[in-house]
Amino acid sequence: MSKMVPVPSAGIIPERDLNSSPILEISHLGITFGGLVAVEDFNLVIGRTEISGLIGPNGAGKTTVFNLLTKVYQQTKGAILLDGVDTKGMTTVQVNQLGIARTFQNIRLFSSLTVEDNVKIGLHNQYKYDTLSGILRLPPYWKAEKQAKERVRELLSIFNMEHMAKYKAGSLPYGAQRRLEIVRALATNPSLLLLDEPAAGMNPSETEELMANIRKIRDAFQIAILLIEHDMSLVMGICEGIAVLNYGKIIAKGTPEEIQSNPEVIEAYLGKQKEDGSDA
Amino acid sequence: MDFILHLINGISLGSIYAIIALGYTMVYGIAKMLNFAHGDVIMVGGYISFVVTANLGLPPAVAIVAAVAVCTALGVIIEKLAYKPLRAAPSLAVLITAIGVSYFLQNAALLIWSSNPKSYSSMFSFEPLRLFNNRLSITSVTIVTVVTGIVVMAALTLIISKTKMGKAMRAVSEDKDAAQLMGIGVNKTISITFAIGSGLAAIAGVLLASAYPIIMPTMGSMPGIKAFTAAVFGGIGSVPGAMLGGILLGVIEIIGRAYISSELSDAIVFSVLIIVLLVKPTGLLGKKINEKV
Repeated sequence: MSKMVPVPSAGIIPERDLNSSPILEISHLGITFGGLVAVEDFNLVIGRTEISGLIGPNGAGKTTVFNLLTKVYQQTKGAILLDGVDTKGMTTVQVNQLGIARTFQNIRLFSSLTVEDNVKIGLHNQYKYDTLSGILRLPPYWKAEKQAKERVRELLSIFNMEHMAKYKAGSLPYGAQRRLEIVRALATNPSLLLLDEPAAGMNPSETEELMANIRKIRDAFQIAILLIEHDMSLVMGICEGIAVLNYGKIIAKGTPEEIQSNPEVIEAYLGKQKEDGSDA
Repeated sequence: MDFILHLINGISLGSIYAIIALGYTMVYGIAKMLNFAHGDVIMVGGYISFVVTANLGLPPAVAIVAAVAVCTALGVIIEKLAYKPLRAAPSLAVLITAIGVSYFLQNAALLIWSSNPKSYSSMFSFEPLRLFNNRLSITSVTIVTVVTGIVVMAALTLIISKTKMGKAMRAVSEDKDAAQLMGIGVNKTISITFAIGSGLAAIAGVLLASAYPIIMPTMGSMPGIKAFTAAVFGGIGSVPGAMLGGILLGVIEIIGRAYISSELSDAIVFSVLIIVLLVKPTGLLGKKINEKV
């Protein structure tokens, strides 16, 4: 792992990413639902090949941040710059084409479709043929479909899932469904991959394998990965920078070592110790 | 021999129902709404082909292309103006809007073409097919209808299962939000669905008017309702279901009219629907709806 260094926009990124601009710069991001402040003054910088984590207690606003990044919600305050481009006012489809892909906390595959078709849907904007060729099955159709099929195989091979191509996505075991979601997200050719609790429901050996695979994906695709996770062994094991969210605000940012010893973080997770020793 | 003829006529009428039902079921599957104006698009298709042949004197092929083009555009416009603004509205509001659009189309047709029924000359006037020493004679319209039905169903099945566009449609139908996050434009996909459904309705309009050669502004409502029934019968949202439902409905209607009672044929059709729904509430090929937890 490369050393983490501070950057001007108040954050840290890996030293190796210093010679290029950060992939994601979030400044003063905020959203309110009615009177409820869900996320407030959220600042984060992510390097081009950084694996970073967003952690915090349940209801802290982590998934809301993902929804803001993918424009499921529009922010009420602040700015999100993806590769220097302000995404304000963009649609979900536009930010996806700009380079953000994600997975979901509760798996949302197209479960009645095959594994192959799920990945092909991720490739939707990567291969093109006109409608007429599609209906009459002219050569452009076959050529594009063949390329897409090869790309699907390549992507599935990341997780050694090629043999599952013809299975229905909904019939896969839970762990394989989670892996397929990552493959489908990668198919959209992102520069920033958002993983919402990728290890949820996985056993320790599966989590171990997932960690190795997340690193492998970062190395192979040279992309940034931001993940939300409750499994601390995973977060501390692979994340280079970590932000801790509580009640919609960042309470700490730093390397895994810094976060683990931060008193505010410990308090957010475990509750404040009262003077008489009982839990608050 | 009579029975075979009735069966063929039933399949022919059923093919028309199936073509219309495909429009209902695709729109329901993707936009999760019942487009009750769909039947009136059939009527528009009938009138456009009538105007092109009878008033402009152009050949039937041009009339069919014109009807399909106008209805495709009409479907897309209806969706943009009437349904798109209500994408987030409760389904009841959308349903009532659809009924409104239906009346709007009927009244617009009344204004343009008046309420007098017009006699429509069939678009397909080749010799009937005679088999078994003239004991079985199949009209040109019946032949064209059955063949069109087969072609439309095969083409649509291929489009939906094998092409990019079809995959986008299935993705949107299953999970709109996830599809958007994969870079699939939901509005575009819904537009395409309406375009295909309305184009098919135009074809159904031409076939229907050729088989039952009278056109009037309300000609679309009964076939529309029957086709909706067919879509529910087969399992709404399911494309093969709409095909199966349409054909079965046509056959039941014609056989019922021939052997049981011509007055009761509609009642028989709807009784069968009720029985099927009692036994299998999701329709013949409908999928079980899984509640999201």
